[in-house]
Amino acid sequence: MALTGIEIYKFLPKTNCKKCGFPTCLAFAMKVAQKTVNITTCPDLSAESRAALEAAGRPPIQLVTLGSDSKKLEVGNETVMFRHEKTFFHPPGLVLRVKDNAPADSLQQQVQAAAEYKVERVGRFLTMDGFAVENTSKDAATFAKAVEAVKSKSDLPLVLISQDPAAMEAALAKATPGRPLIYAANKDNWEKMADLAVKNKCPLAVSSNGALDDLTALVDQVSKKGIEEIVLDPGARDFGPSLSTLTQIRRLALKKNFRPLGYPVITFPGEAAASLDTEAMLAAQQVAKYAGIIVLDHFSPALVYPLLTMRLNIYTDPQKPIQVTPQIVQIGTPKATSPVCITTNFSLTYFAIAGELEAAGWAAWLVVCDTEGLSVLTAWAAGKFDAEKIAKSVKNFKIADNVSHRNVVIPGHVAVLRGELEEELPDWKILVGPREAVDVGGFLKQNWKN
Amino acid sequence: MPVEIPVEKWNGQVHQVKLGGAGGRKELVVGGENTLPFLKFEGNIPHRPAVAIEVVDQPPQGWAEPLVKAWGNVLQDPAAWAKKAAEYGADLISLRLRSAHPEEGNTGADHARKVVAAVLAAVDLPVIVLGPEVAQKDNEVLVAASEVGRGQRLGLGDCLDKNYRTIGATCLADGHVAIAKTPIDMNLAKQLNILLSDLGLPLDAILMDPTTGALGYGLEYTYSVMERLRITALMGDKMTSPPMICTAGEESWRQKESKATAGVPQSWGEQEQRAILWEKITAIGLLNAGANVIVLRHPRTVEDVKAAINKLSA
Repeated sequence: MALTGIEIYKFLPKTNCKKCGFPTCLAFAMKVAQKTVNITTCPDLSAESRAALEAAGRPPIQLVTLGSDSKKLEVGNETVMFRHEKTFFHPPGLVLRVKDNAPADSLQQQVQAAAEYKVERVGRFLTMDGFAVENTSKDAATFAKAVEAVKSKSDLPLVLISQDPAAMEAALAKATPGRPLIYAANKDNWEKMADLAVKNKCPLAVSSNGALDDLTALVDQVSKKGIEEIVLDPGARDFGPSLSTLTQIRRLALKKNFRPLGYPVITFPGEAAASLDTEAMLAAQQVAKYAGIIVLDHFSPALVYPLLTMRLNIYTDPQKPIQVTPQIVQIGTPKATSPVCITTNFSLTYFAIAGELEAAGWAAWLVVCDTEGLSVLTAWAAGKFDAEKIAKSVKNFKIADNVSHRNVVIPGHVAVLRGELEEELPDWKILVGPREAVDVGGFLKQNWKN
Repeated sequence: MPVEIPVEKWNGQVHQVKLGGAGGRKELVVGGENTLPFLKFEGNIPHRPAVAIEVVDQPPQGWAEPLVKAWGNVLQDPAAWAKKAAEYGADLISLRLRSAHPEEGNTGADHARKVVAAVLAAVDLPVIVLGPEVAQKDNEVLVAASEVGRGQRLGLGDCLDKNYRTIGATCLADGHVAIAKTPIDMNLAKQLNILLSDLGLPLDAILMDPTTGALGYGLEYTYSVMERLRITALMGDKMTSPPMICTAGEESWRQKESKATAGVPQSWGEQEQRAILWEKITAIGLLNAGANVIVLRHPRTVEDVKAAINKLSA
């Protein structure tokens, strides 16, 4: 919970000594509240005040970092219940669970396939985030060996799953440095697991199948050991419990500023799912509803591509219009006689028209103009989608080199631009297309002769 | 130290809308909740979301292979298709009068009457009838459908800002529910509800279609507009309180990810699994955002989405 200037002021010496560079303590407090100056700039701040300020300034949901600096996974530090209130910041990590008693070859194959996986979407590469190695064998040496095998194929962050502190210690010896997540401290082993987390400087997951009271008590205990980076497993597995419990935890942290549950949550969708698809659906729900780390039990491209797309969608910042790169996009395999259509680079506009052309079975050249991410009418009203701009795109992208005809279709909503555009593009015939993308198939069928 | 579970105090609730329940048709009620989706610890959720299966009045053009395979011969016959959909567990049928589209058959009111009558005779489930998405044709065939189903409380759509008078009046005259569709915009959705109310159509005869963006194709916009509409309704705004309907099947199966059989990156994986999962994940996302009726295409999606709804509602 961010403090106001007045609240910060109460902790200051109130001497107006100017040593911080500001005329008064109040002015300084205001700057601290705006986060333009660090509180430590005040040389006379008492140790108690400083501790109190740092505690109060802590984010309501702790940021937890797994992995090494080059390949790290940061989760938590969310500030809202709904993405439209601001945005969600740290996409949940998708990690694949492997078992330490699997044959070495198969283990390494699984890891390699998932580690190398990447899929492109709107110019970004989406990937998996790490691996969870489970001590299924209950044997410390086997566990350690499996961790070594995973690390030989991937430098992605790890989650180490074992209830046995001795096995955990053996695995940690192979996994650190690299800040794996220790999963998990429970009511029986918490003290030893907490000691391991402190000693190895690793984040610690805390697991309890009971009510949130038990989880809270356990978090309090491990916090007293000095552990700051904690991940919660409230034991809720299936669709209903997962939604309710994760909503409650997020609300307690954000609305009640309830410290003991102000941490990201780890989920295991595969444990409640009878099929791969159900596992993916539950994981998709958890992407939207409040998971920090999602441990998958299965990996295949067809399974994770929709899931990674879901994560991309939900974690897109709704405050910024998503733009596609201004360019010529080939819909299908266009020929020299295929239609040329003009659109804006607002992603939703682009997806609408590209999707409709695709659905109607047209191969086409789609000229995406730079309208700074605004839709057709908005961009036109803001002067960012005028005849000059369209003409510039048509010329700059050299669309004339790709086609044998000189016909270009503009969106029906900017029919008024036709006259001006004919002046700007004297070689071209300007066709006014439909207002709505959904009608483009019918329009082309009537007006375009291949 | 017992943890106090935080509960929001909402003043409003989602309107209850009844479909069917007369003329021999099974009754289906959606809406009525006074909390966010599935949060039973907080409020009362009298009706779980319903699953509709989409049926088209002529063999669909360009449907993806997994869909064609799953439905087989019934694609030729809307009545048989609707029957099959009922067997697959549909709570209601969404009948699309595609053949009325000027480019795809340009059939008229007579044909619409026949098809709607055949589907109504084939199943006792509630039925939604949708036009070909061309305004003047929509009016023609929906008015015909409305007459055929008089008193059976069908859903009729799309009811848009440009034809709401015709569709609203028809719903009012024949006792149907309007599917009020607006383009992913909270204010336009509210505006259309106000216009329909001014016409005399009660709020319990409206389902809002906020326009569905499929996974990867605007899902996040629909998701957030739905969350905002629902929160506003729960805060007490009556004009955003009708239940919401989402066409998850239609939108997700239009996309390249669902249709492409070849020539796509290996990282997309096997088509059938990917395509069906695309629909399932679109659906689960929208259900969590507040969908009260979700319209689907593939039988396996129906099965898994129904199972998920049951678990979320248990």
